[in-house]
Amino acid sequence: MAAELTLGPNLFHWPAEMKLDFYNRIADESPVSTVYLGEVICSKRTPFFDDHHLDKVADRLEKAGKKVVFCSFSEVVIKRERNLLRDWAEQEGRDLEVNNTAALLYLKNKPHRIGALLNVYNEDTMAYLHEQGANHFALLPELPRAAVAKLGEKAAELGVGLEVQVFGRASLALSARCYHARAHARTKDNCQFVCGEDLDGMTLKTMDEKPFLTVNGIQTLSYGYLDLMPDIDDLKSIGVTHYRVMPHTCDMIAVTRLFDDVLQGRMAPAEGDAKLRELGIEAPFVNGFYHGRSGHTWSDRAAAELA
Amino acid sequence: MIKPELICPAGTPAALRSAVDAGADAVYCGYQNATNARNFVGLNFTPEEMEKSIKYAHDGGTKVLITLNTFPPAGNVQLWKDAADLSAKLGADACIVADIAVAAYIQKTNPQMRIHLSVQAAASSPEAIRYYVQEFGVKRIVLPRIMTVSEIRGLVEEIPCEVETFIFGNHGLMVEGRCSLTNYVTGQSTNMDGACSPASCVKYERAEDGSMSTILGDYMIDRFKPDETAGYPTICKGRYKCDARDDGYYAFEEPISLNASTMLPDLINAGVHAFKIEGRQRSRAYVKKVVAAFREAVDSIMAGQEPKLADLVALTEGQKHTEGALKTKKWR
Repeated sequence: MAAELTLGPNLFHWPAEMKLDFYNRIADESPVSTVYLGEVICSKRTPFFDDHHLDKVADRLEKAGKKVVFCSFSEVVIKRERNLLRDWAEQEGRDLEVNNTAALLYLKNKPHRIGALLNVYNEDTMAYLHEQGANHFALLPELPRAAVAKLGEKAAELGVGLEVQVFGRASLALSARCYHARAHARTKDNCQFVCGEDLDGMTLKTMDEKPFLTVNGIQTLSYGYLDLMPDIDDLKSIGVTHYRVMPHTCDMIAVTRLFDDVLQGRMAPAEGDAKLRELGIEAPFVNGFYHGRSGHTWSDRAAAELA
Repeated sequence: MIKPELICPAGTPAALRSAVDAGADAVYCGYQNATNARNFVGLNFTPEEMEKSIKYAHDGGTKVLITLNTFPPAGNVQLWKDAADLSAKLGADACIVADIAVAAYIQKTNPQMRIHLSVQAAASSPEAIRYYVQEFGVKRIVLPRIMTVSEIRGLVEEIPCEVETFIFGNHGLMVEGRCSLTNYVTGQSTNMDGACSPASCVKYERAEDGSMSTILGDYMIDRFKPDETAGYPTICKGRYKCDARDDGYYAFEEPISLNASTMLPDLINAGVHAFKIEGRQRSRAYVKKVVAAFREAVDSIMAGQEPKLADLVALTEGQKHTEGALKTKKWR
């Protein structure tokens, strides 16, 4: 399987116009082969974009030669979410990525993908889900190299795709409570979509003013941006087939072009990584999870050497 | 009306005996390794201790549920399989499981073993629960601490297995089993290693002005004024700053304990099969007191009498307590 670059789901609540422009530019200018669409974090957000623009955007991306995958919610609790999930699972002829176990009930023995918010930690779980129709696995960001390598062996044996997030803030936690609403002394029910004010999420700083975490509604992400560009050759060697960059407000055309250049061997990883650092991203880059260290850290040594 | 079982924490053999003696219907406990989500130094059971403890519990008419409630990382699944086999051999009454591979293994190799789905599996809808029941023959679901009583009532009616709810102890707002905050800060994973804000990474630092900072790894989780009592630096209970606030605030949740004692009659009416008390990291004296109080409460309610629960407030974290999600969904 040739290495492919993908664009993960947009986790943030951007204005509909901004999202439209974003995906139109991705269609026209980005080298990604696959684009993941659909609201993953909050069911209250769906009327703004998914209900009105999703099909149009998918169509546009497909015409530009991209494969489009539709993602499920990550948290499914209330009736409305359950109904939306059922409708989502019943779509015919579309590639679906599951981020909540509830969807597995509907998709048993139908082809589907497993998303990076579903807990697949080991080769046995991968094999079990594969037997029920899962044909592509996006891994949790917290997995260390040793585990990714084992999953790589199993993925190759089963003939399934294996995807790893190589760029963007890492999802660290989900909650039933909306922390965006809480920060503004509101509740989820009267949030007034305040999460829309923070296009890359809301920074939480420690009491001594050190940026720490990022709040995105019910989701908590890292403050640092994952960057596994220097590890791409290593990831290829252990069976990773797909490389996921996550949407942020930085120049995503530039980001995806750099990653594609490195992935396809047109640019040395060190050169690509230096250029990535010139894009003006304020937060530090981190790679600790993959390197088997604290997630917020950066290590210059290749993970393969550390393992 | 079903009389709910009282499911009690046992971090050590001594705590297990206290819980059994205080009237626990079942205790839950785990081995001294990453297979359980309270993998703390000084806690948990050797195989020999487990064998003796199961005998002690069974002699007292108490069931033993074994926590295999973490997620084996690839390449290391055998440790969890061995723990499952050992539990079956020792005659445990159920295994509390979070990972699909572990559940599938138990179902295949020890089909007579009851599987309880851990809260770490984060099954928060009837569909998710039905999936686990259908696939692995799960007999009981431990519900995430995010549902109101009326939601629980609706759920009980919709799902084909027993329901267990937390009634007392730690109150966190992150979906359990879907949190890697600790790994981000310390390099130890809650899901893979059973670590949550581990003590080995904690520091307390007093400044010249008398304020106390609590630190986990490289991050300050809270800073307490000289007249405040410093709490343990659990990431989701810390105070942080953001642009929307003038000062530090509890961005996720206050250091507060769950105490659903006033909700017990409603939960019984909703059809809950088992009440879980959190606290395997707590002392045997604590376990004894809490178990005895809830034993009295459940028995009183079932006998149509008023329960006495005032003493429990003194045992809650920072003496502050909450009904958690049970009463209303406004906390969301």
